[in-house]
Amino acid sequence: MRRVAKLSAACFATAALAITATACGSTSSDNNSSSSSSGGGKGVKIGLAYDVGGRGDRSFNDSAARGADKAEKEFGGSIKELTAKTSDTEADREQRLSDLAEAGYNPIVAVGYSYAPAVTKMAAKYPKTSFGIVDSVVEGKNVNSITFTEEQGSYLAGVAAALKTKKDHVGFIGGVDNPLIKKFEAGYTQGVHDTNPKVKVDVQYLTHGQDTSGFSSPDKGQQAAQGMLDNGADVVYTAAGSSGNGAIEAVHGAKGAWAIGVDSDQYNIPGLAQYKSAILTSMVKNVDVGVYDFIKSVKDGKPLAGNNVYSLAKGGVSLATSGGFINDIQPKLDAAKQKIIAGQIKVKTTP
Amino acid sequence: MNKLTSRIDKERLFLGLAAPVLAVVAALVVTAMVILATGKNPGPAFNDMLTYGFASDSQVYILNKATTYYLAGVSVAIGFRMNLFNIGVDGQYRLAAFFAAVLGGALTVPGWLAVPLILICAMATGALWAAIAGILKVTRGVSEVISTIMLNSIATAIIAYLLQPGKLAQLQQGGTVVATKPLPSSSHFFGINTGPAGDLWGFIFVAVAVGIAYWFVLGRTRFGYDLRTVGQSESAAAASGVSVKKMIATSMIISGAVAGLIGMPTLLNDSYQFSSDFPTGIGFTGIAIALLGRNNPIGIALGALLWGFLERTTNHLEFQGYDKEILGVIQGVIVLCVVIAYEVVRRYGLKRQQQKVGAELAAQAAATTKKQEVA
Repeated sequence: MRRVAKLSAACFATAALAITATACGSTSSDNNSSSSSSGGGKGVKIGLAYDVGGRGDRSFNDSAARGADKAEKEFGGSIKELTAKTSDTEADREQRLSDLAEAGYNPIVAVGYSYAPAVTKMAAKYPKTSFGIVDSVVEGKNVNSITFTEEQGSYLAGVAAALKTKKDHVGFIGGVDNPLIKKFEAGYTQGVHDTNPKVKVDVQYLTHGQDTSGFSSPDKGQQAAQGMLDNGADVVYTAAGSSGNGAIEAVHGAKGAWAIGVDSDQYNIPGLAQYKSAILTSMVKNVDVGVYDFIKSVKDGKPLAGNNVYSLAKGGVSLATSGGFINDIQPKLDAAKQKIIAGQIKVKTTP
Repeated sequence: MNKLTSRIDKERLFLGLAAPVLAVVAALVVTAMVILATGKNPGPAFNDMLTYGFASDSQVYILNKATTYYLAGVSVAIGFRMNLFNIGVDGQYRLAAFFAAVLGGALTVPGWLAVPLILICAMATGALWAAIAGILKVTRGVSEVISTIMLNSIATAIIAYLLQPGKLAQLQQGGTVVATKPLPSSSHFFGINTGPAGDLWGFIFVAVAVGIAYWFVLGRTRFGYDLRTVGQSESAAAASGVSVKKMIATSMIISGAVAGLIGMPTLLNDSYQFSSDFPTGIGFTGIAIALLGRNNPIGIALGALLWGFLERTTNHLEFQGYDKEILGVIQGVIVLCVVIAYEVVRRYGLKRQQQKVGAELAAQAAATTKKQEVA
């Protein structure tokens, strides 16, 4: 008897599923098509798909958000933001982009390299929509790949570190040991050694491989920085998203030590105001410029496409001067910058 | 007599269904209150979830997601039936998927041979990884909760070490993604093209087969009986001649082998390679789904479908301007409600049983006294 009950339950469940499957032949885009034309209004409809962390990470995603905000202010229109989860699969990322495309958002900016396969697919599916992707290169006539030469900016950070260290010992903290962050490490180490071969560089990554918590764990950043300071380093460069906040805090606690920030000009970030006296400079990655340029080009009717490399020469990466702590070494930094731009110095992308 | 059994079964069925229904309803009420508290109207939200969730492309998405979640749920449930808390499913499936992807990328044999080899490699890796925890528990008495959590971190570290350019992986796409060598197209698992709705992953049939095997082995074999006995009382099982240690090690290994399959739908039907953004955390989702489904093969399937439905529709809720955190709230509340609801229903059922037994005894007693009076 129990068996019959279970069997009938199973049959019922499958039947119910089959019915819903057949009854709803229409896809979600068919259901949406009536509403997609409404709600647009004037200006550009900007779709933003963030990486894990989203708006408010004080770092990478925030930088993209700043670019979109600026464009919205200038051109009017609206921003729709969606944010990734750590449990995302390809299907989720594709859904996010196709939801935006279906609703008429154009351009759509995918923030972060993990969107690359999804952008490849969706750009082919929605050829009239302009897609932008940050930190990766995707082929396609309607795709603008926004990449940065992080190694060049990091090289300058290395030069600054080598000139400012008194103990001939500096440190680098990376969030996760992925190829992108290794570009930071490679440039920094080269910059230090080109300036002063005697300086020792400690390198530490907070997490490895799939564990991306290294980008969002200020406690880990603090511990790593403290360890480097105890070990004798007195300049610490951190490329680790919000974990960098912890590192800066630790460096602020040590006398005579300097922190180098990343992505945004961290001297001017309100949340870090109490530690800013220890922030030597920041390796600014102008994601906002890339995002803004792209939105502007779409608004002007001439959408950017192909791989747009925001290099040191174009101001895509730079060293922040807020606080004036690097004013005394500025001539040497400028000289290094000119050499990179002129091609006399080739900065490595892998350590 | 026949009538009586059918009546009891109905009650069992009612009690069995009451708990999940109660849990889902309670979760809906709490969610509605949360949405209200954020100053938005929950009515349109639920309405949007229904219309969006039942569109055909959403259904394909839900079935695909549920395939993965179902395997995770079954893997955890095997441990649960044995009173083993296999938290290590997460590490087991990731490690298994990684080595399976490496093998798949290196194989040059035809697909009909490559796919089974990849599956066997995944199951063996998962089983071996779980076996470490099983053997530690049997020989040294190490709690499987502690050892599997630690093995998760070790798995992460091993993958991080090997998933590097020049080791077992290569750089791709503008130098920012590290992935294993992609599987040749002959090794792709078949999918069912449903037109504009997308591809339904063929791996769903494997998941169904795993579900049937789970039901059969646990419910219809001597081994399954032994396993459930050990889960209910180790001393009783030992007294009746079951080797408890052997059962613990075996069930851990089987749980790990099924865990090895979790990453396969994604690998063989979707990504075709293991990259640093391969989905993580599904082992923990599996715990929630096994709890929701009460370790029952059909229950787990419904739980997996519900989970897929919630993810699909709340992704879209974010688009409609609701907070994206709503998904976490709904899922968390459902799991809590399930645990509470089952306990409430269990106590209610126990009370009903006691009352019924009491009533029957009283009736018997009354009958005998009556007889005595007559006599």
